[in-house]
Amino acid sequence: MSATASAEPLIGGPQPPADLLLRDVHVLDPRAGIDARQDVRVRDGLIVELAEPGTLDLEHGKADAVSDGAEGGGIEELVDGAGRLRLLPAFFDPHVHLRTPGQEHKEDLASGTRAAAAGGFGAVIAMPNTDPVLDSAPLLRSLRDAAAREARVPVGFLPAITRGLAGEQLSEMAELRQEGALGFTDDGKPVHSAGMLRKALQYQRLCGGVLALHEEDPTLSRGGAMHEGAVSAALGIAGIPTIAESTMVARDAALAGYEDGRVHFQHLSCAASVDAVADAKARGWKVSAEVCPHHLLLTDEDVRGMDTSMKMHPPLATEADRLALIEGLRSGTIDCVATDHAPHARNEKEVPFEQAPMGSTGLETAFAALHTGLVLPGIIALSLLVQRMSAGAALFALPTPTIELGAPANLTLVDLDAVWVAGEHGWESRSENCCFAGRQLQGRVLMTIAAGAIAHRDRALAMVGA
Amino acid sequence: MNHLISIEDLERTDIERIVSQAERFAEVSDREIKTLPTLRGRMVLNLFYESSTRTRSSFELAAKRLSADVVNFAASGSSVEKGESLKDTVLTLSAHKPDAIVLRTPWAGAAELVSRWCSAAIVNAGDGKREHPTQALLDVYTLRRRLGAIDGASIWIVGDVAHSRVARSNILAFQRMGAKVTLAGPPTLIPRGIEQLGCDVRYTLDELDSADIVYALRMQNERMSETWVPSIREYAAWYQINGRRLSPHQILMHPGPVNRGVELSGEVVDSPQAVITAQVEAGVVVRMAVLYELLAGAREPRPVAAMAGSRAA
Repeated sequence: MSATASAEPLIGGPQPPADLLLRDVHVLDPRAGIDARQDVRVRDGLIVELAEPGTLDLEHGKADAVSDGAEGGGIEELVDGAGRLRLLPAFFDPHVHLRTPGQEHKEDLASGTRAAAAGGFGAVIAMPNTDPVLDSAPLLRSLRDAAAREARVPVGFLPAITRGLAGEQLSEMAELRQEGALGFTDDGKPVHSAGMLRKALQYQRLCGGVLALHEEDPTLSRGGAMHEGAVSAALGIAGIPTIAESTMVARDAALAGYEDGRVHFQHLSCAASVDAVADAKARGWKVSAEVCPHHLLLTDEDVRGMDTSMKMHPPLATEADRLALIEGLRSGTIDCVATDHAPHARNEKEVPFEQAPMGSTGLETAFAALHTGLVLPGIIALSLLVQRMSAGAALFALPTPTIELGAPANLTLVDLDAVWVAGEHGWESRSENCCFAGRQLQGRVLMTIAAGAIAHRDRALAMVGA
Repeated sequence: MNHLISIEDLERTDIERIVSQAERFAEVSDREIKTLPTLRGRMVLNLFYESSTRTRSSFELAAKRLSADVVNFAASGSSVEKGESLKDTVLTLSAHKPDAIVLRTPWAGAAELVSRWCSAAIVNAGDGKREHPTQALLDVYTLRRRLGAIDGASIWIVGDVAHSRVARSNILAFQRMGAKVTLAGPPTLIPRGIEQLGCDVRYTLDELDSADIVYALRMQNERMSETWVPSIREYAAWYQINGRRLSPHQILMHPGPVNRGVELSGEVVDSPQAVITAQVEAGVVVRMAVLYELLAGAREPRPVAAMAGSRAA
């Protein structure tokens, strides 16, 4: 018998279930095999009707109650997609920093999940590098209570593998699992000791839960502030070599293989790491991997201006690495997209590059940036991006958002033609350190329905189709 | 020119103009009254986050020779030690309306950042391991006085390139002036990818004889404790410029301060081939020329490029 999770793993705030008629929207759900214009009715938070476009009418004869902002109350809201707006399965982000508790000046549960909803994410997984570190059952319980009050979209939690992220002693993994932990991570830091990670993998047989790994050999990365290469040499900034990540991916894949454990590699950043994951998968080891939009779209050349929003862990690498990551995402070696949304206050980032903390926000720009940078130029198909944006859920044994009859409504409505400038109207996040800020993006999330409730409604929605 | 932040921002003609101006100032330096009224009423603020004797005093003297007012602000013993951020320190000091801020910090890119926060002309006097552009200009000046043009000359920069802002500025400046640059040093102290700046890399001094100019870098003792090289003794054995390695046809340079017996042997420091003292002398006139370039004539307040919250596009 294993001590599996007994608590509901995702937990969100008390939003009222949605009653909606999405008329003549272009439904795209690659997993469900749908790519067609449809009418979609959501009642009480469930998908209750899928029909030919233009065939469904508002119920209760209340056709005049259109998009007036009234939620619930049994009044059905009409959204007219005019055959143009896309309805996608809601995105899932397995890697965000909500900074709560202890760093609420950067982000809190409410602002972080508002940012998630604005980016089309129907659920997120929060990292434990908070202050104090999320490494005990009472703290997890209080966080989940707070999420039940404040979170706009459901949140899952990955507590720390080791107490205090110190790498010296396992956290009480079994109790944490009973309290609802989806898995464990020391994200922000590697589990440097192979022996310590091996113990966590052995203990996983008792309690289950994915071990999500931030891969970095500190003896190779120490002192570095950006990718080691021609740009760091020219800027006189100490570099972090890609082998700091890839050697640890290879080591930990081998450990997982030996212990028959389950690990997930976070934020892959270089070609050598993609190779290491492909090799592990070919051997049948139980590994998965994620990649961030910034690593798919930016390189160390973007660091030349020393904009501190371009400083993140792992660092932006070379064009060859970027192309290998795209190929990894396309082939499935990399399973999903994750944002590693890492908010920092303006005063923390408004310092010389070497002094700035690592991290970029990403929830509000992920889809639009990837649509603009990868789909529009024809590098990857829209259907592939949609699939990879929600594939993270299954990696943590959660149901994948799907557009099918009877399913809970986890939906994202997007306008693929809408052009906007990232950050032009501010952010839902409490922080503004976004590496895509100021860039013109195409594709905008108009509405997000998370766990059956409307979590985000763009101000442009009232105008669309009018 | 609004600021002097990186040699990258300078064309060869800019370098030649500054060096020629420095030569004109050098003539004044030989007179009995060395002061010129050029920058009377202007204020130069020296803002130093790292200890520096020669660079700071050289800037101070340069400003005074041009009749500017000089204010020195050292980070130690100031509000910086109470936790004031670079931005707040700069905004506070800007209230005194300096015309130029000479800035040294341990952080790459700090001079550029400061140039966005205030309207003063910024002179980068060293930003971390990135650049030290006035050192490169005074080195070009020194070579031009000694050799005339350096087009086609072979210049070897020897030592700890990884931690040297002097090396990075000089690679760019020497190349702009038509010289061919070779970097030599222990493989642990030559950064990966630096050859993409267009220089050759050598790990021994076997071919040092091909150099016209040998530029030795300071080897700092703390690099030993970080095990970049096994020992000072082994470093000196492989990379010290001494009488055996230095040929009579070569010119020897060093940015100072010299570790005698480490990167240079005593006899080469004292040899007529060494121009190390001339480099120090050049410091004042070249910095006069830089301040002149940035401040003379510019009576209008400078536009602030971008204020708080902005970022590079």
